This record gives sequence, structure tokens and C-alpha cells, in this order.
Amino acid sequence: MARIRTTVDGLVYEDDVEPRMLLVQYLRERLGKTGTVIGCDTSNCGACTVHLDGMSVKSCSVLAVQANGAEVLTIEGLERDGQLHPMQQAFHDNHALQCGYCTPGMIMQSIDLLGDNPDPSEHEIREGIEGNLCRCTGYQNIVRAVQDAASKMKPGASATQQSSAQPVAGGGA
Amino acid sequence: MTTTENPSTPAPEIGRDRRRKEDRRLITGRTRWVDNQALTGLLHLSVVRSPFAHANIKGIDTSAAKQVPGVVAVYSAADIGADQVQLPCAWPITKDMKSPQRPALAGSRVNFAGEGVAVVVARSAAIAKDAAELVEVDYEELEPVLDMEEALKDGATLVHPEIGTNANAQWVFDSGEAGSGGDVAEALKKAESDDDQIVVRRRFRQQRLVPVFMEPRSTVVDPNSEQLTMWSSTQVPHILKTMLALTLGLPEHKIRVIAPDVGGGFGGKIAVAPEEVLTLLVARKLGKPVKWTETRSESLLTAHHGRDQVQELAMSVTKDGQITGLDVKLIADMGAYLGLVGPGVPILGAFMFNAIYKIPAYRFDCTNVFTTKTLTDAYRGAGRPEATFGIERLMDEAALELGMEPLEFREKNWIKHEEFPYTTVSTLTYDTGNYEAATEQAKQMFDYDGLRREQQERRRRGDVKQLGIGISTFTEMCGLAPSRVLGSLDYGAGGWETASIRMQPTGKAEVVVGVSPHGQGHETAFSQIVADQLGVPFDDVEILHGDTQSSYKGLDTYGSRSLAVGGIAVVKAAEKVIEKAKPIAAHMLEASEGDLEFSGGKFTVKGTDKGVGIQDIALAVFAAHDYPEGIEPDIDAHATFDPENFSFPHGTHLCAVEVDTETGFVSLYKYVCVDDVGNVINPLIVEGQVHGGLAQGIAQALYEEAAYDDQGTLLSGTLVDYTLPTAADLISFDTANTTTASTTNPLGVKGVGEAGTIASTPAVVNSVLDAIRHLGVKDIDMPTTPYRVWTAIQSASGHAGRADEADVASPGAGLGSTASDISKGDTQGGHL
Repeated sequence: MARIRTTVDGLVYEDDVEPRMLLVQYLRERLGKTGTVIGCDTSNCGACTVHLDGMSVKSCSVLAVQANGAEVLTIEGLERDGQLHPMQQAFHDNHALQCGYCTPGMIMQSIDLLGDNPDPSEHEIREGIEGNLCRCTGYQNIVRAVQDAASKMKPGASATQQSSAQPVAGGGA
Repeated sequence: MTTTENPSTPAPEIGRDRRRKEDRRLITGRTRWVDNQALTGLLHLSVVRSPFAHANIKGIDTSAAKQVPGVVAVYSAADIGADQVQLPCAWPITKDMKSPQRPALAGSRVNFAGEGVAVVVARSAAIAKDAAELVEVDYEELEPVLDMEEALKDGATLVHPEIGTNANAQWVFDSGEAGSGGDVAEALKKAESDDDQIVVRRRFRQQRLVPVFMEPRSTVVDPNSEQLTMWSSTQVPHILKTMLALTLGLPEHKIRVIAPDVGGGFGGKIAVAPEEVLTLLVARKLGKPVKWTETRSESLLTAHHGRDQVQELAMSVTKDGQITGLDVKLIADMGAYLGLVGPGVPILGAFMFNAIYKIPAYRFDCTNVFTTKTLTDAYRGAGRPEATFGIERLMDEAALELGMEPLEFREKNWIKHEEFPYTTVSTLTYDTGNYEAATEQAKQMFDYDGLRREQQERRRRGDVKQLGIGISTFTEMCGLAPSRVLGSLDYGAGGWETASIRMQPTGKAEVVVGVSPHGQGHETAFSQIVADQLGVPFDDVEILHGDTQSSYKGLDTYGSRSLAVGGIAVVKAAEKVIEKAKPIAAHMLEASEGDLEFSGGKFTVKGTDKGVGIQDIALAVFAAHDYPEGIEPDIDAHATFDPENFSFPHGTHLCAVEVDTETGFVSLYKYVCVDDVGNVINPLIVEGQVHGGLAQGIAQALYEEAAYDDQGTLLSGTLVDYTLPTAADLISFDTANTTTASTTNPLGVKGVGEAGTIASTPAVVNSVLDAIRHLGVKDIDMPTTPYRVWTAIQSASGHAGRADEADVASPGAGLGSTASDISKGDTQGGHL
């Protein structure tokens, strides 16, 4: 067992974990953060994507012990004071989800993408979310949602369209 | 009671692009997937699976596994009676169909790689998996049975020696015998000796696919409540409940099945899975709640696959382009066992090979065969994509031989809009449609003539990247299904659907539906229907589903039936609510029932300003202080709707691809589809269904294949090898709708869930071939990977290529059919 101390969605946790425990297992099984899901066993699907110190990671490919001392942001920590993150709002507005299983990972990856490139082209969005699989939407409305969120998260975008809380881009919590 | 001063009907909800009610919990991570369930004392189950496709089990040693701390139990099949279970097949397609026993765990013999032979139960999933590795199984390998056609030959190794054959059943439809058309054998014979006709014969391969729902399957069973409770990631909670009772001899009223949030299905979760039964058996034996959640690799290996057919087609046609006969011979791979509806899947194609065309003589002959592979069952479209691919590929091939423009050839043979309702050669009556309108709009959106010119330009210049244009003018039968029709096809259940409306004292409506969504947006679309029917606000409607305790009767979600069948049950229930409310309204308004009219949620007395709202009546019957004699104080209602016909969406899909003739790489260039899905409840949801459907159909054409090696091992057993399309592989599609309302249901709706998948595959393959046919390529098996395209170009142009090398590098291209085709030297004429 190894002792880790992590901040997850703004709360500090201290736990003893098996060295082999994956971050996604720690989130789901130990912290009850079941918003982050597992879709494969080969790091292909991206359903488990979270932010680790502001970078998107597939939490099935990170050990819990690697999150020691780090800040983790999951889909459950995006909403602030009852306000959806602009990316969450954009997914809803653009019907960018059907079954919703890939959605947490897709939203976390899309936020990371805009952190790197606030004004991506369709091609850049498609390349940027290539590591996240969706079986329902054909990706078209996901691309639209990311474009929509990008326009609303731009500096100077209308305040009414923007979440009152500081939108998280690039995962900075 | 309220008096209306200015009765105005609110804007209709039907047709509005409402944002979905179900999104909130899904975008914030407050989800209820089965694997999220954490019950006190929960144990975890892991299945020990056979690495061999066909083997006798000589012994199982569980001693090492039992020593692992945290392991509660290790069971072989006999320990829990799992080898005595007969998992159900609900569709015996013929009286003499062969049904081998399908156990929950193999007892003495395994029949596909991945079949379960033992289970480990432990305090954590990780311990269960570790211990499963320690279970020692002594196998005696048997010859695998892999090739469908070889399996049917005399002397072939038998998957199930006890049934004496690898043939499961043969199902035939003959229009001459049915009286719906002529004798196709005569038509073909006549055509062969007729200088004015040609006969086009082709053989197509429908590769094996995997549904790949994003949420892996998961089941939790709590045996300790009054009703044994099973949470399962299933499309069919009601069917599962009844089948568990029938299969295990349990009293049905002691079982409760809950399908909470379900992460996609696409047919892949229409099942009574061995693991569902095992979780139940183990939970009952131990008296503790037990969870099983599969890994993705387990899912690809053992959850049912789809498609997998050999199609031998022959079409006779006059030289001026009139089809005179169509003969269809199929062999369909069932895999090792029969799934819940597996044997019926290819049979659905019998009604769809004739598609939108007027064909005077038709025969369909399908033989289902057992192999030592994972079983096949429904996958999005189920039988109809296979048929649509066959006919739409054949239409292109016939047009080519005739020297006709492929769209013109289609139009010459399709049912004209003024000919509806039209009874087809396969005996279905298409109620409405307008193929001319959809095609015209698609051509304009696509710039069909412009792209044909561009294609000619590239040909003339000899561009490396050649352009191809593919067409698919499809229809489908969906909205499964009229119960009497299902009865005539020997299906084990009906096709009706139910809905109940429970009016709350505060005027809100709880609507209980039998269909069970897994991404389709039922909560939103049905709320829109109820809002219009009852005249209550959209937000005052709650849709309840997926729990057999609340939704006590239903036949669940598949076959694009939720709206066209389930949605109509909702309408019927709402009509009953209004009927029941009417005498109470009359009493409250001191008027006669005959003087009342209902509109916009209110009963009003004709010619007066007196009225009362349905929500106020709900409160009045709750109080029940004053209501008419002789009726019950209740306006709740339940309805069951059994459709009289299928629904027949149709559409024209046009695809342009670029094929790099140096690398064989195919990239989508433009995709236009114009679908007629009848009246649209929510255009946003319809568009989303089309997008997702297209992605899956395109994936069959370009990327996906469940490939096996010569020992019967699944090669594409992870998402590294089974290559789903990513966002970067696809383009934005141009979609639109034309509308001819269905005349067989009161909403005028058709189905949309499967349309994109059914239509798109042949459009894409036709476009790939269209790009390189001038190089001598005649056909390419799906998926049309770069390797296959490149090799086809090389061999057509007389280069040796690398045809002696196995294709292991290109996405989706396993060793399966490619390698076997190559070893047969079947590269003549560029066919690969």
C-alpha cells in the first residue's frame, strides 16, 4: 500500500492505495466519482479522460500513486455554483450526446483542446478529439458543440453567454 | 374550475427542436450506469473463458484460485447448474430448426473462444480477475469450424455433433408459391435465352461486425429483497425478466429488472446473456449481492456479433433496364449458438432485398449455419443492412452491364410516388413514400452533375486521387412489429407496446412507457407528444421507463419501434385520459358531455367561455369530493398499441470519396442524405440519429471487421484492432428530410434509428468502386481498407502486388477473409 494525497474536484483526499491501482479505479471505487467511466482496456476510447494538473489524461493510463500531490478535475467538478461549464452547456445546446457514456471524457478532452487552441478549425477539432470514441453521434454535433463553446469562451464573448464562474480552459481548476 | 377568457392553443411541441431533458445528468457525471452500483457486501464475479474455439473440457482445477485471499467461491458449471441452463432463442424460424443447448457455462465442451467455463467470486473485481487466471482447465482441442460454406459440406467437422449437422435452418420465400409474383427460376431461365435480357450474377460478402456500445455490459443482482432485483445494461428489461423466469423456473412476480442509464446498445444489448444468468445464480447461491462488469476485450470476444453472410445474387433485366427477376441465396453465420433472435435476423432481409423496386419474380433462400465463433444476433438494422447492401450493390453492377446511368436505372424500376400504397413482391404493403422527391433534393444538395464532371476531369488528368460517386436509394421495414405478422413468422412474442399516464394531484403527468431507451431521447420526444396531446407544459411531463416495477409491461427498444409503436401507445393513453376526464369535466361545468370540446389542455363548453383544465380535473379527482355517480374518481389510463403495419422510411444517400490510387487510402469527400422518416417529433434528435447511423454504416464499408485466425481466435479483440471510426476519420454530413406522413399511425411517424446504418454502407462501397473501376477493379470486400484497395488496383493492372503477404497493418483488416481469399488465389479480375 502507498499513501497518496490528492485534490479532486477541489477537495483534498488522503488514502492508502495498492501501487497497481489505476487513477480511474481510485476515482470510481474509492471516491465514488462515478461520473468518470471506463470504456475499454487499451486506452483507446478516452471515456475516462480527466485533467491532472491542468492536462487531460486518460485516467485508465495513470496510476493512482502518480496523482500523489496533484490536482485532479473530473466531469463532476466542472459545474460552479449551479452554472454549467460553457462546454457542458454547448454539448447540451448542440445535441452532442445521445447515450452519454463517452460524454464526460469528451467534454474534458474538448476543454483541454480549447486550452491549447482557443479557436480551432473543424479539422483541428476532429484531430484534437481523435483519442475519444463515440458510437452514437457520428461526432458531427460534438464538433459543433466545441465550436460553439470556443466562440462563447473567447475573451470578450458576451457575458450573458458565459458562465458566471471562471470557465475552465486547459483544466486549470 | 377556471374560466377561460381568451382560449388560445399553445404552440405545438411536436416538431420543435427541444433540447433533451436527459442531458443534465449525463453532462454533469450524475449518471446511473449499472457499474456505478455499490451495495453493502457487494461481491464481484469474473468469468474464466476458453482460449480455444472448440475443445473438450477434461478437467478443471480451482484449488489455487480458492487460496487467494478475498476469494469467496470458485464454481465450475456443474457447481451451480450452469451447464443445465438452456439460454433462450425466441425465434424458431422453421418447425425443424436445430437448436443446440446453449448453457450459461460450458460443461463438457467449449464451442467458441471466449466461452465461459468457470466463475470466480471475490470481494473485489481485481481479486476476482487475478484468481480467474489461476483456474487450471485441461482442454482437449477439437477441429474448429470456421468457414460457413465448408461447414455445410458432407463430412465437415460438426460444432454440435449431437444435432448431426452444422445447418441450423433453411428459410425460403418464393413469390411464385406465395402468389405475390412469378417464378424466379423461370424468369432467369427465360432471360438467359432471351437476346433482349441479361442476367447479372454477383457474390457479396457481409463481414462480421461487433456492435461496440460504449458502455461495457454490467449486471448487479441483489437476491435479498422481496423481489430479486437485477440491474442490467440491457435494451430489453421486460423480455429479460420474462425469459429469466422461463429459463430458470423462477416465479416471474418475484423478479424485478432495472435498466438504469444504458450506454448504447445498437442491438448488442438485446440478449439474455450467460453472464446475467450466472450473476443471478451466484447471488442466489451465496445470498449476497453480486456484480459482473465486462472488460472491453471480453465484450468484443463474447457479446454477440452481427452481420456475417455470404450472398449469391442473380438478377435478370431487360436491356432497356427493366428488372424481370431477383434470386437471393444467403448463408448466414449463427456462430456457436443461437442468440435471442439470431436465426431471425437474416430472415428480416427476405422482405427487403426487393427494396424500393418493382420486381415481378423473387426468391429468397437463406441457410443459417453453425461455426465455432461468437454467436451473431441483432446489430443496428439487423438483416436489413445486409439486404440493402446486396441489392444496392447489385443495382450498380446491373447498371454497369447495361451501360446505364445508375440513378436512371434505379428510377426506371422504383415504385413511383403515385403508386402508393404499394404491395411488394415480398408481400409487404408500403403505405407512403416519394423516392423521386428525396432523390431530386439529394442530387441538388450533392451537386450530382457537378461532381460527375469533376470525376471526369480527374479521370482525364489521371490524378492520383480519383473521385468516386456512390448511390443508395433505400427503404426499410421498421417499427417492429404487427403481432400477427410476427406470429406468422414464428417469433416467440408480439410486437405491441404499452404506455400509462398517471395524473398527479398537482396536475403533473407521470408517463410510464414500455420501451427502454439507451441514448435515443425518449424522455424528451415522449414529453413533447404528451404535452401536445394533453395540453400540459413540456416540463410538467415525466417519462418513467426501464424498471419493471414501475414500467410493468413492455417489449422494449429495437427495430426503430420506440416512436412508431411506443409513441403511439402514449397517444392512445392520452386519448383515454381525456375520455375519462370528460364526464368529470361535464359535471364540473354543469354541462352535457356532448357540448364539450377539448383543446389546448382544456375542456370548454361550446359557444361559452366556460372551461376547465385537465390539470384542474386531476386535482378534482384526487380530492374526489364531488364527481358524477357511477364512475371512478380517476383519470389515469393505460393503453396497449399493436401496429397494423410496419413503417417504411426511405431515402436517397449519395457519397463521394477520394481514393488515393498510390496508397489505396479512401477518404470521405462529401456525403448527402435525404431521408423520409415521416412526421418528425424532434428534428434535433432525428438529425442525431441519422449522423450516428451513418457513422456505423460507413464504418462497415471502410473500417470494421471481426476477423478470426485459422484456429478460431478473434484477432480484432481490442479497440486497437477493431477500429471504430474516430472524429478524424469522418466528415460533416449534409442531411435533410422530405416528408410523406405514414398513414398507418395517428402521428404519421416512421422510424429513424436504423436508417443511416442501413442506407450508407452500399453508398460508400459503390463510391469506392466507382473511383477505381476504370483501372480494372471489379469488386473489393468490406472493409475496403487501404491494403485491399491498393491490392485490387495492383492486381487489376497486372502488377503482382504483395498479395502473398498477409494484411496486418491496415485498420480493420484482419487476416480472416482477406488471407483466405488470397490463399485461394482469388484475385482474378481484380476481385479481392
